[in-house]
Amino acid sequence: MKKLIKMMLGAVVAVGVSTTAYAADFKPAVVYDMGGKFDKSFNEGVYGGIKRFIDETGVEVMEFEVTNPAQREQAMRRMVNRGATVVLGVGFAQADAMDKVAADFPDTKFAIIDVNWLDRPNLRQYAFKEHEGSFLVGMAAALASETDTVGFIGGMDIPLIRAFACGYVQGVKHAKGGVDVLQNMTGTTPAAWNDPGKGAELAQSQIDRGADVIYQAAGGTGIGVIRAAADAGKFAIGVDSNQNHLAPGTVLTSMLKRVDVAAYETFKDAMSGDFDTGIRILGLAEGGVGWALDEHNESLITAEMKSQIEAASADIVAGNIQVHDYRSDNNCPR
Amino acid sequence: MTAPPPLPKWADLFVLPVINLLVAFFICGLIILALGENPISALVVMVKGAFVYPGSLGYTLYYTTNFIFTALAVAIAFHAMMFNIGGEGQAALGGLGGGLVCLWLAPSLPAGIVLPLAILGAAAFGAAWGVVPGYLQARRGSHIVITTIMFNFIAASLMVWLLGGPLLQQGQQSPQTEAFEPAGQMPKMHDLLGGLGIETTSSPLNLSFVLALLVLVGFWVLIWRTRLGYEIRTVGHNPDAAHYAGINVPRTIIVAMAIAGGLAGLMSINELQGVQHRVILDFTAGYGFTGIAVALMGRNHPIGIFLASLLFGALYQGGSELDFEFQSITRDMVLLIQGMIILFSGALAYMFNPPLARFIARVAAKRLEARHV
Repeated sequence: MKKLIKMMLGAVVAVGVSTTAYAADFKPAVVYDMGGKFDKSFNEGVYGGIKRFIDETGVEVMEFEVTNPAQREQAMRRMVNRGATVVLGVGFAQADAMDKVAADFPDTKFAIIDVNWLDRPNLRQYAFKEHEGSFLVGMAAALASETDTVGFIGGMDIPLIRAFACGYVQGVKHAKGGVDVLQNMTGTTPAAWNDPGKGAELAQSQIDRGADVIYQAAGGTGIGVIRAAADAGKFAIGVDSNQNHLAPGTVLTSMLKRVDVAAYETFKDAMSGDFDTGIRILGLAEGGVGWALDEHNESLITAEMKSQIEAASADIVAGNIQVHDYRSDNNCPR
Repeated sequence: MTAPPPLPKWADLFVLPVINLLVAFFICGLIILALGENPISALVVMVKGAFVYPGSLGYTLYYTTNFIFTALAVAIAFHAMMFNIGGEGQAALGGLGGGLVCLWLAPSLPAGIVLPLAILGAAAFGAAWGVVPGYLQARRGSHIVITTIMFNFIAASLMVWLLGGPLLQQGQQSPQTEAFEPAGQMPKMHDLLGGLGIETTSSPLNLSFVLALLVLVGFWVLIWRTRLGYEIRTVGHNPDAAHYAGINVPRTIIVAMAIAGGLAGLMSINELQGVQHRVILDFTAGYGFTGIAVALMGRNHPIGIFLASLLFGALYQGGSELDFEFQSITRDMVLLIQGMIILFSGALAYMFNPPLARFIARVAAKRLEARHV
């Protein structure tokens, strides 16, 4: 009963901005990728946005977590057959499946995160300029480093993560010349996304080589990096969501990638009826990426660091600084 | 406690596995009950999800195909007493071999030539990846378990490098190659059946399933009806005796590992030529490892492996339906059920053996008594 009232309330809220018929027919679905919705990282960021949507509207969201590549297409089709009116895919690995399913069901709305190369009239695509956010935290790393050596630890060695690394290196060089950047990837299998032990080992080895700030873009593995840096009294930099609270005082800042906003916005727009399709590229200017400054790290960021980072941020937004995207030519400028 | 009487063969092959399965399901049922769901309706959903819903049988048989190949890859090595843990890597390399053939030839040649060559390419690359650990074991004494596991990682690194660099499809960022031209795509079963006038729901099931069945028969012939199979089994039972009998033991081990790698490599035909139509990263998705459990359960015999593959295929497909139907059951539950089945039919396979043997012996004795009276 309580649930029913909640749902009706949700419908009433929806009526406020749209038509009754639309709200009644509205059935959202999300297909998480292999990491699973509690991966402490990318998928969980999406889940955060979904949860906010559910809490606010009371609408039920159908969910599925795939365990092998063939399930991606299967899950999307199943969602549509079960009456989903909008299906959200999570991650570039679902691009091919989404392309096929979106073509087969032109009356259903689709959205996918981390993809910008498909072309379907009923598909919205979100891509993020991770390199811009990484650039800013790279500046923070260079300015906070006393040893003039900073580190980067990636998860699986794929172009997306190299784009994180490349933006970071550019930020480091921009803030301060002559700073060394040590780079490691955790591995070459999906296990690399969830190996905190290996993350801690890699962080320790970078610390032994002189690094005193380490940026990680490695999903669950990154938790190990943050832990190892905290134990050694060095700085770590969080990724995707705000991870400053994980080890207050030793997480210098976090590179924010607002996949939660993308997920929330997708369902919210579909519910209110103004779901426009096409490609949405979210960078600094759009608030899709950024750096985290909160009560956990305000003592670590000096006024000078803050003003420099904010100046660079404004320059990137204004186009005065062009951050090179590794994915544009599979290359990172030296 | 006296030693139990020997178990009759029919009980060993049929009754015991069924008991193990039932116990595994019973315990899973208790867990589902603890989660607050009805285990019977969960079982019904699972069975319907695996066999009854439109297209579900296709998915089940498609998973079955993967397991047949990877389980045979484990089984043939096991007949030579080798533990082949390298199915993942061998399958990944097979995918590379078959994929290169399709990328290279599919634009210019018809499917009738490209697909057999792709199958050969997949088998050859997989075999090459199996031969190296086989050689290291046979000639250098490096333990095959260690080397095959390490070769999985080498294969993964190689694939990441190739798919993230030289073979990466331009204009997008997923680590994958260009799509295969139609000549490099395995025909789908629902298309073939549709051509014969039988309408079925679309599913990933493709001609690779027929290939898998042929390979099952070939496996039986090889192991039990050829000289090489005899040598492999002899080496497995007793390498010293085999050597004394004039069998070249190292050569037999290397050949067995080559065939094992080739079989694992064929799994990629089902995944890549059959479904994905391009080489993607991590298409092996753990089938190589699950194949070990399937081979164990199937007692390294083609019929057993077929049945065990079917069971695991049904679990994969039916399990995902559970995830759809019940909010409180996640994909981890499916993993748990698989784990239980592996535990009871693998690790604890002989737990029920002594009591069952005594029970059968007692019944037999009573019957004998009754006849004498």
